[in-house]
Amino acid sequence: MPGKTLYDKLWDDHVISQEADGTALIYIDRHLVHEVTSPQAFDGLRLAGRKPWRPLRNLAVADHNVPTLSRSQGIADPVSRLQVETLSKNCAEFGITEFAMNDPRQGIVHVIGPEQGATLPGMTVVCGDSHTSTHGASGALAFGIGTSEVEHVLATQCLVQKKAKNMRVNIEGQMTPGVCAKDIILAIISTIGTAGGNGFTLEFTGSAIRALSMEGRMTVCNMAIEAGARAGLIAVDETTIEYYRGRPFSPKGGDWLMAARSWRDLHSDADAVFDKTIELDASCIKPQVTWGTSPEWVVAVDGVIPDPALETDPVKRQSMVRALVYMGLQPGQAITSIALDKVFIGSCTNSRIEDLRAAAAVVKGKKIAGNIKQALVVPGSGLVKRQAEAEGLDGVFVAAGFEWREPGCSMCLAMNADRLEAGERCASTSNRNFEGRQGYGGRTHLVGPAMAAAAAIAGHFMDVRELV
Amino acid sequence: MHAFTALTGLVAPLDRANVDTDAIIPKQFLKSIKRTGFGPYLFDEWRYLDRGEPDMACSGRPVNPDFVLNQPHYQGAKILLARENFGCGSSREHAPWALVDYGFRVIIAPSFADIFYNNCFKNGLLPIVLDSVVVAALFQEIVPGYRLTVALAEQTITTPGGLEIPFAVDEARKHRLLHGLDDIALTLQYAEKIKAYELARAKRAPWLFVNGQL
Repeated sequence: MPGKTLYDKLWDDHVISQEADGTALIYIDRHLVHEVTSPQAFDGLRLAGRKPWRPLRNLAVADHNVPTLSRSQGIADPVSRLQVETLSKNCAEFGITEFAMNDPRQGIVHVIGPEQGATLPGMTVVCGDSHTSTHGASGALAFGIGTSEVEHVLATQCLVQKKAKNMRVNIEGQMTPGVCAKDIILAIISTIGTAGGNGFTLEFTGSAIRALSMEGRMTVCNMAIEAGARAGLIAVDETTIEYYRGRPFSPKGGDWLMAARSWRDLHSDADAVFDKTIELDASCIKPQVTWGTSPEWVVAVDGVIPDPALETDPVKRQSMVRALVYMGLQPGQAITSIALDKVFIGSCTNSRIEDLRAAAAVVKGKKIAGNIKQALVVPGSGLVKRQAEAEGLDGVFVAAGFEWREPGCSMCLAMNADRLEAGERCASTSNRNFEGRQGYGGRTHLVGPAMAAAAAIAGHFMDVRELV
Repeated sequence: MHAFTALTGLVAPLDRANVDTDAIIPKQFLKSIKRTGFGPYLFDEWRYLDRGEPDMACSGRPVNPDFVLNQPHYQGAKILLARENFGCGSSREHAPWALVDYGFRVIIAPSFADIFYNNCFKNGLLPIVLDSVVVAALFQEIVPGYRLTVALAEQTITTPGGLEIPFAVDEARKHRLLHGLDDIALTLQYAEKIKAYELARAKRAPWLFVNGQL
């Protein structure tokens, strides 16, 4: 019998019951809850007279709607306020732990989970949010669910699932200085496409992945969903174990020793069989910039906007033409010639301490360009913010002309007041460049944190490798 | 959960690939704490020429005459025909809620994003995967008033010309959708097995259980 993949191991460890057709009932170790996708689920519980199966397995935080300016006045928008208040009421009623808006531990749900040790290696983790794939960076099986499934997990601590196929994405070699985890995942998405991972769980392997910090690994797994895969995984190694040592929800004492020993088995066996394997050479990856309205439309910073006329598939060609009109770009235009209006550094993809350090290193001692109307830095959590302030990063950003904000999802999806106006162009460290994502008519280019910082200083895209 | 058995309905062609859930229902409408009322804002940024806001009355808004759902002969459509990777992006179940609230009961495409596909079944909305060549042929064939008959039990789509197109669907999902079964009630039948699993897991991985508490 061949060995098991990491996904096989995680899956097998959580199956409670399985039907002949492969439909399985699997146990969920950690359920993360936020304000946008949970109110209807709590309503469902109330209507059916049900209670959460295991209240302690849930952790809630408001992140999508929260203001990133001073919170002393609460939330101005009454609709957003009601949604955030509804989460607090529901958590109080059903006995679920919530980090409230003014709690220093509040932040983006996918930043606080690992930060608190609330999502650990070997767990199954779900949340009513597609970027739950982030937690796979610690060797946890983590994926996004809809609101009906949020209700199902609340009521039963289980989900009905069918196992996905195994895809290995192997990235060997050493990255060039200036190239980061974001560039790796954008290069992967450009290789396999936004539907390439449909029906698969991705496991990211290879020397380039092992060389990444936990923060970098989270960036990679975060965008597995942008490659179509609900879950992305990275094997546990000493980097993982060191990251979790001493975190508030991490095991302590004898439990810690037992947990760490068990976690060391969370890797694919040498003879494991994958349904599909993709290989990339890390040394060939350059800083990436998306040019269209799908994350797969990405080129290297030294490239040009592609010409739809050269695309042979008529459906794709038509989509490209539409995207170029929406983005206000011309085929053949150099990426470095694209001028920007706004810069956003934040989101569950790139708002961790390492991301802020990388951006601050580029910004230090410089000023943002005159054409940049707004440059935002939104830390991923209250604790990331404190850490950055302890290192003086806030001062670096503010001196350069950036705004230093409170934690939340912010301009990644513009559910709060932070947004693009129609026609505005943004260098963004977030994960989606869909039409209207950052605001009605807004134009998004996805990049890594150092690239976003460099674009803020130059006023247009520039190759960050020239600065390192 | 709502059941789906069979229907004959008008087909609207949405000739785009990678239709994301942000396009299906933009973020500002996700502030609602209800499950209903999303239909008027379905495809809001494509359907209207102004910027939509929650609770806005849509009757007086300027509509985009070029958008397919605004064309008179597609009014009342129950089946949506689309291209690859429909429903990609965010996990928001508001997307299927909006499609159902508008009146759609079937979506046909060459592929769907996994989370969206799963969410459809929870809401009586049937996503059907057909080969891209077959989907392309249907796009070619559509004329005003074009209707298809979809039968879930038989797993067939019948064209006006009498052509029967088979489609695949997972048995467990089909069963739940045909009978409109409550997933949670079904799972709670396994309550004893779940408890037994938890006890075994607490022995294997005690660190997962705070102070021994499940």
